[in-house]
Amino acid sequence: MGRVVLVTGVARYLGGQLARILSQDPAVDQVLGVDVVPPKVNLPGMQFVRADIRNTVVHMGVIATPRQAGGRATMKEINVIGTMQLLAACQRTPSVKALVVKSTASVYGSGPKAPALFTEEMQPRHAPRSGWAKDSVEVEGYVRGFARRRPDVAVTTLRFANFIGPGIDTAMTTYFSLPVIPTVLGFDARLQFIHEDDGLEFVKRAVLGSYPGTFNVSGNDILMLSQAIRRTGHKRVALPEFLFTPFGRNISRAGLIDFTTEQVAFASFLARREVSVA
Amino acid sequence: MPNAKIIPIHGEEPIVPRLVDDLEPDVFARLREFWEFVQSRLAGDYSVDDLGFDPEFNDKVLMALVRPLYKSWFRVEASGLENIPDAAGALVVANHSGVIALDAVMTQVALLDEHPVHRHLRMLGSDLVFQSPFLGEIARKAGHTLACHPDAERLLSDGEIVGVWPEGYKGIGKPFAERYKLQRFGRGGFVAAALRTKTPIIPTAIVGAEETYPMIANATVVARLLGLPYFPITPTFPLLGPLGLLPLPSKWFIHFGEPIPTDQYPDNAADDPMLVFNLTDQVREQIQQTLYRLLLQRSSVFG
Repeated sequence: MGRVVLVTGVARYLGGQLARILSQDPAVDQVLGVDVVPPKVNLPGMQFVRADIRNTVVHMGVIATPRQAGGRATMKEINVIGTMQLLAACQRTPSVKALVVKSTASVYGSGPKAPALFTEEMQPRHAPRSGWAKDSVEVEGYVRGFARRRPDVAVTTLRFANFIGPGIDTAMTTYFSLPVIPTVLGFDARLQFIHEDDGLEFVKRAVLGSYPGTFNVSGNDILMLSQAIRRTGHKRVALPEFLFTPFGRNISRAGLIDFTTEQVAFASFLARREVSVA
Repeated sequence: MPNAKIIPIHGEEPIVPRLVDDLEPDVFARLREFWEFVQSRLAGDYSVDDLGFDPEFNDKVLMALVRPLYKSWFRVEASGLENIPDAAGALVVANHSGVIALDAVMTQVALLDEHPVHRHLRMLGSDLVFQSPFLGEIARKAGHTLACHPDAERLLSDGEIVGVWPEGYKGIGKPFAERYKLQRFGRGGFVAAALRTKTPIIPTAIVGAEETYPMIANATVVARLLGLPYFPITPTFPLLGPLGLLPLPSKWFIHFGEPIPTDQYPDNAADDPMLVFNLTDQVREQIQQTLYRLLLQRSSVFG
């Protein structure tokens, strides 16, 4: 029997692209897609296909953009409760032999007490306290629990740097497409990126091969935020930190960009970000 | 005088245009170079390393700003540069003083300008540096990072010269009366980092920095209000306002001492606290002795 892969989060860009790529691959017999469709409906998590022929589960369903998800509460519901239910189902399914989870390098947090570079085994010094990054920390916790209870399943956790590319729409791409890009005065973040196609290639290889463990996935080298903005050719405006949050909150309230309060903290995070992965 | 030699005013080789010709290629080349530099900076067309070190910005802008201080103001005399390897990693450990850590910056200039292969000094700083606006940003661009094991060991095993000032705030914030008396050397974390990466320790003594801002008192209440480790009162600061920020033009000496090798110890030597303490003491003692020797040699503070 060939490979049957279940992909969560297929209604969103990366999940959908991955499902498309995998279904075209001769090594994969069948791809099952799962998502909360339409995403804005407040469903209590994921829907599950009761088909015990699947042997690989790819969890792409952790969402970073609350506006697209239909609010922070829904986002947390999908991210955390959805993961718990998915893992619960996997644990009951003996045919599951591999689990690939999309996570983020944001789980390392960011702050002045953090080392400049994080390797996979290092513990965060400033654990993220809100939003998507915190969800991802919790998701990884449940995934570790699952790995303990089902030692026969090869669990791969991929901690991605910021996705960037022509197709993907994230808070990061929104931020960089602003005509005037606000930054925090006196801080210049170090940023790492990964192209969406490279990221998908990684997930594909993790699905088709067997690479149990946790991996940081990022492009080589880093860009400074100021440098990245110069390369976009956009204007940069440096705001003092105390003005940054109210400013961000107002443009987000006006519906201009997909920033919630903690996504503004994101921009502030972004602008002061000191985490990169090795 | 019919025999007098006639010097033509408008001869075949006019003097002024020739001067311009001589200057032209050089001046224009330099202007073009400068313009290209500005253009590439504005386009974001440069690279930084994983820690955010921007060598171009550091060498062409930051170091150019502090070099006059090194050359003309403190007239730094650096010695023992032969103790710094050309390619391999090493840990420079030095005494710390002078309220705003100018000693660290001058050591950086010394290694860049006076070492035969112009080595960059990658310093390990406190978290307070990296949480401060501007200061943290500039420190990263100048190649420095947080004093923590992962970063220190990464830099050392990459063959970088790493600088550490184990006295920390106890050193730069100490009163003038205690000048050139080394404070406690932290917890010896720097020795552990050197042991793990088997890189030599270079005990370095800096004389002159302790007289730049003679700190006669510490306004602890103000320091606490501002969240600073100390708030210095010097004869000129805050009495003279911004003018009080000007460092006194003391004459400086920086001596990079005999390396202390760490590669003869077993692999798990860093986990032996006694060895770490002993090595820490050895480094501290060597710096203290060099300080006394340099102090005896100098004729006066402002030499």
